Amino acid sequence: MFSDFDFDVIARSLEFLFVDGMSFTITLTLLAMSGGIVFGTLLAMMRLSAFTPLSMVASGYVNLMRSLPLVLVIFWFYFLVPWIGGWVTGAGQTIQVGAFLSAVITFTMFEAAYFCEIMRAGIQSIPRGQVSAGYALGLDYWLTMGKIVLPQAFRNMLPVLLTQTIILFQDTSLVYVISATDFLGAAAKVANRDYRLVEMYSFVAVVYFVISYGLSSLVKLLQARIAIIR
Amino acid sequence: MHYNWNWAILLQKSAEAGGSWLLYLVAGLGWTLAVALCAWAIALALGAVVGTLRTGPMRWVARVCAAYVEIFRNVPLLVQMFLWFFVLPELLPEQWGDAIKQMKPPWAAFLPAVLCLAFYTSVRVAEQVRAGIQSLPRGQSLAGTAMGLSLAQTYRYVLLPMAFRIILPPLTSEFLNCIKNSSVALTIGVMELTARARSMQEFTFQVFEAFAAATAIYLLTNMIVVLLMRRLEARVRVPGFIGAHSGAAGH
Repeated sequence: MFSDFDFDVIARSLEFLFVDGMSFTITLTLLAMSGGIVFGTLLAMMRLSAFTPLSMVASGYVNLMRSLPLVLVIFWFYFLVPWIGGWVTGAGQTIQVGAFLSAVITFTMFEAAYFCEIMRAGIQSIPRGQVSAGYALGLDYWLTMGKIVLPQAFRNMLPVLLTQTIILFQDTSLVYVISATDFLGAAAKVANRDYRLVEMYSFVAVVYFVISYGLSSLVKLLQARIAIIR
Repeated sequence: MHYNWNWAILLQKSAEAGGSWLLYLVAGLGWTLAVALCAWAIALALGAVVGTLRTGPMRWVARVCAAYVEIFRNVPLLVQMFLWFFVLPELLPEQWGDAIKQMKPPWAAFLPAVLCLAFYTSVRVAEQVRAGIQSLPRGQSLAGTAMGLSLAQTYRYVLLPMAFRIILPPLTSEFLNCIKNSSVALTIGVMELTARARSMQEFTFQVFEAFAAATAIYLLTNMIVVLLMRRLEARVRVPGFIGAHSGAAGH
């Protein structure tokens, strides 16, 4: 079955695949991870807030995002961002937004809902006495959160946050639906140009597997180390 | 910057099929559910077997099952979809490959979509089944053995009935994920709900009405599934377990 397997097409397109494609995928993953964790942590703090309207808005947003397929959310933002951009900048017309920026905004907003649930569990894993101790020392809400609760919550949740990032890394392949040139998108372009679908898609699968499996093995190691320290 | 809202478009006759655009979208939900339910049936059966074997005493079988789980968990769903649709027919013997490619239009994409989603979901089910079995106290299987049950009987009458009742809430989430993930099938041409919202947008230029309608349909579907599963969970709940008082899928 590998008799007419053309390894050369992979070798020829390696540069395009990794320099153009994989760098898009990795940049998108890292930006969406950072943005998603910051935004998700804020959402988690809102959800746990005693002020009901704030927690309702946050949980409404999280539930909405988690009920929709990512593909639909990608389409939503792809068409919504130009309008919002035009409205925010007061340009009076829709602004041009490239696939990359649109993807970064989409994945940040979408993953924030998932990171929120992780951070919420993390914050809730900290004993209440710690918060009381912070207040007793005269710290305000932001200092108590920033100096006492969140650092511990982050550390407890680090393996889960990283696992979610690996899922995010795999999910970024869905930018294919807005014709972005991520790793899969680049491979699809070569595959269709040279009519080498079998070779290119098999190669893509192997690369994704190696990276995801490698990273999740590292997370397992980390998890074991953290468990011992604690 | 002015967007022409026209919600009445949903009731207008669609360019794609006989009825209104709304009907066109609802028919898309039918395809979404068809893909998701077929995939779920296979995933549940396959996942139960793989998850159970991973906890069994046969080391090499457990290892094969672990490898199976890692493979399907570490490749993105969209890539798997392309493997089933584009790559598999080329690797099969020529007659089989041609037979798959020559199937009538909806089925040539439907079948790979179902198989892909089934295998993808099965490893998630397998992980839940394994976790459910491992969450049971060791005394349960020892008691089974002490009663004179064989290994298979212990699983059949003692461990699995308990495990499935315990993992029902996480399985509900997996089923909801399965419905959501079926939208990836649009990349290989299955005209499910998201694909139809997209094609309605292309025909009518009413972007936000099309996606808002699809969003509402997804939310409604989600709510109905959660409500039905809550009732099932309440019926099969194991009294006295910690999970017994917490609600359903958590979202």
